[in-house]
Amino acid sequence: MPVFRAFAVALIALAAAREAHASREFIDDAGRKVALPDRIERVYAAGPPASVLVFALAPDMLIGWTRAFRDDEARWVAEKYAKLPELGRLTGRGNTANVEVVLKEKPDVIIDVGSTNATFASLAERVQSQTGIPYVLLDGHLATTPRQVEKVASVLGAEARGRELAAYSSRILDGLREKIAAIPADRRPEVYYARGPQGLVTGLRGSINVEMIELLGAKNVAGGEAGGLANVGLEQVVLWDPAIIVTNDPNFYRDVWTLPVWNSVDAVRGKRVYLSPHLPFGWFDYPPGANRLIGLLWLSDILYPGVFRHDLARDVTEFYRLFYHQAPTPDQVARLLSEPGVAPR
Amino acid sequence: MRLAPARFALGLAVAVAALLALIAWSFTVGRFAVSPHDVARALWFALVGGDSGLARNADAIVLQVRAPRVAAALAVGAALAAAGAAYQNLFKNPLVSPDILGVSAGCALGAGLAVLLSLSITMMQAFAFVGGLAAVGLVVAIGTWIRGRDPILTLVLTGVVVGSLFGAGVALVKYVADPYNQLPAITFWLLGSFTGALPRDLPVTLVPIAAGVALIWLLRWRIDVLALSDDEARTLGIDVRKLRFVVIVAATLVTASAVALAGTVGWVGLLIPHAARLITGAAFARVLPLSLVLGAGFMLAVDTACRTLFATEIPPGVVTAFVGTPVFIALLAVTFRRSA
Repeated sequence: MPVFRAFAVALIALAAAREAHASREFIDDAGRKVALPDRIERVYAAGPPASVLVFALAPDMLIGWTRAFRDDEARWVAEKYAKLPELGRLTGRGNTANVEVVLKEKPDVIIDVGSTNATFASLAERVQSQTGIPYVLLDGHLATTPRQVEKVASVLGAEARGRELAAYSSRILDGLREKIAAIPADRRPEVYYARGPQGLVTGLRGSINVEMIELLGAKNVAGGEAGGLANVGLEQVVLWDPAIIVTNDPNFYRDVWTLPVWNSVDAVRGKRVYLSPHLPFGWFDYPPGANRLIGLLWLSDILYPGVFRHDLARDVTEFYRLFYHQAPTPDQVARLLSEPGVAPR
Repeated sequence: MRLAPARFALGLAVAVAALLALIAWSFTVGRFAVSPHDVARALWFALVGGDSGLARNADAIVLQVRAPRVAAALAVGAALAAAGAAYQNLFKNPLVSPDILGVSAGCALGAGLAVLLSLSITMMQAFAFVGGLAAVGLVVAIGTWIRGRDPILTLVLTGVVVGSLFGAGVALVKYVADPYNQLPAITFWLLGSFTGALPRDLPVTLVPIAAGVALIWLLRWRIDVLALSDDEARTLGIDVRKLRFVVIVAATLVTASAVALAGTVGWVGLLIPHAARLITGAAFARVLPLSLVLGAGFMLAVDTACRTLFATEIPPGVVTAFVGTPVFIALLAVTFRRSA
């Protein structure tokens, strides 16, 4: 009996301790009320978009990445961050994280940025009740990046940093929006997003994969149907005859110039096929996080030549310094921007 | 039901004529409008050389997109049907399909690994092909090593086991794949599609298919004997074990190439030989040519629908399943009600 009583007392004490800690209430984008501890020091980001945001705001709080850095990626961030352990993903598109491994790292909060629909809200709820760690789920649309930044900052208690990055994000988004609004419909190019080694997987209207095309006011040729990713035939691409093709597959970028049939597509004949940079995080599509902000500047110059004339080398240096905490060397930037298919024509 | 040879020849001629008409029709339809006249013109000038005088687009559509797809669909359909027909005799079971020995699972693992390594589409097809051969090679090796009393049952069971092992390998590959990039690529590959039929890669796939089908064709009289018991076959002077091995090699070559090209397209190898047998009786020398024609036609019709109906492609495996299920049930009803 004494054992039982001791156990009960310990349990009550534990509950009291937790109660004392959880002095803040945060309402996440799924409408869930999450009790947060006062001080947060250790954060587990449940997916790549959340990793990017937490890393940008408070890199020392990040307890690990969902996937370990590859060598070529590691060169772009400080070594201590590149060396953080791989913990896996916890929700959504295929869990790979072991809950015990995550728990062992004793995170104070779990942050997930992406879709906030009922599926993801219930997953968040389940992980939270299973682990006892507050789980914050935030909407990950590119257009709402400033708000995401501020929300994550308020969760982490990094408000000053949040204001800085939110202001920067707003400046990028507002600057683009303003000038794009003035561009007449007939000067907005038709764009095809080519995924996969054949370039025949694309994003339909409203899919997170083509968010950048839509946000920049261009026309996604596959936007006739709403949905996610889809397989399309070459014949359909020839029919669409896009003026610009964006891809992130180096195999496709290499093949597109040599396969005769692609040569009948306007974008290929006009040499307007572009390969998005991917170091240390992708500039287009994936991961679908704040890392795409720099991609917006890049793509806007491709879609609307002469309208923005961004100084990309300068912008890359500034963005990487702000979000990834390490200004790349001029040589690194030059090499990144001179990769085949990167430079706007 | 056994048709007279003359009637069978006539029936086959009708089927071939229908297939030719289907090919002609398939060339003239698609998302991009090219008139039948222009299609004929493009094909004619491609054949005799010279400039067709057509818009560059139209030429490319006919010669670079439709021609390889039509060829690929015909070859894959014929290949799967021939392999299925041979296997149904070899395993003495009408419910056997060409991937009974795990070839599809092996192909899938090969393709998945290629995606993980970010290889090109050509390498993906090569990896898939090798994966399929490896899976069946493993099954045959284990079957030979066990040398059970019932070699056929041993093969089938080993096939199930090895197939599920490779299936687990595919699951593992999907698990470690990047969820934004590689996982969709693997999923789309597993769904299957003829979009990968490029003039550049097609010959490489067609050679093993042609070789395998030719082998089955040359053995068509002997494969009939496989439906008998081993002892009966032996009294006819046929080395069943050797024959069985050659048929497995041929069918695997054919199926692995087909799956490497188009992904896992189910039902063709199961359904078409059934239909052929229903029409012409069980004699393999008749089932094979009819299966080749019907398989090619069925696959071409399905792929033509897949590429023309919507702006986005429909996976052919989905269509064959939707068509195959009711047709198969109808075939079962016809077959069993009659024999009852």
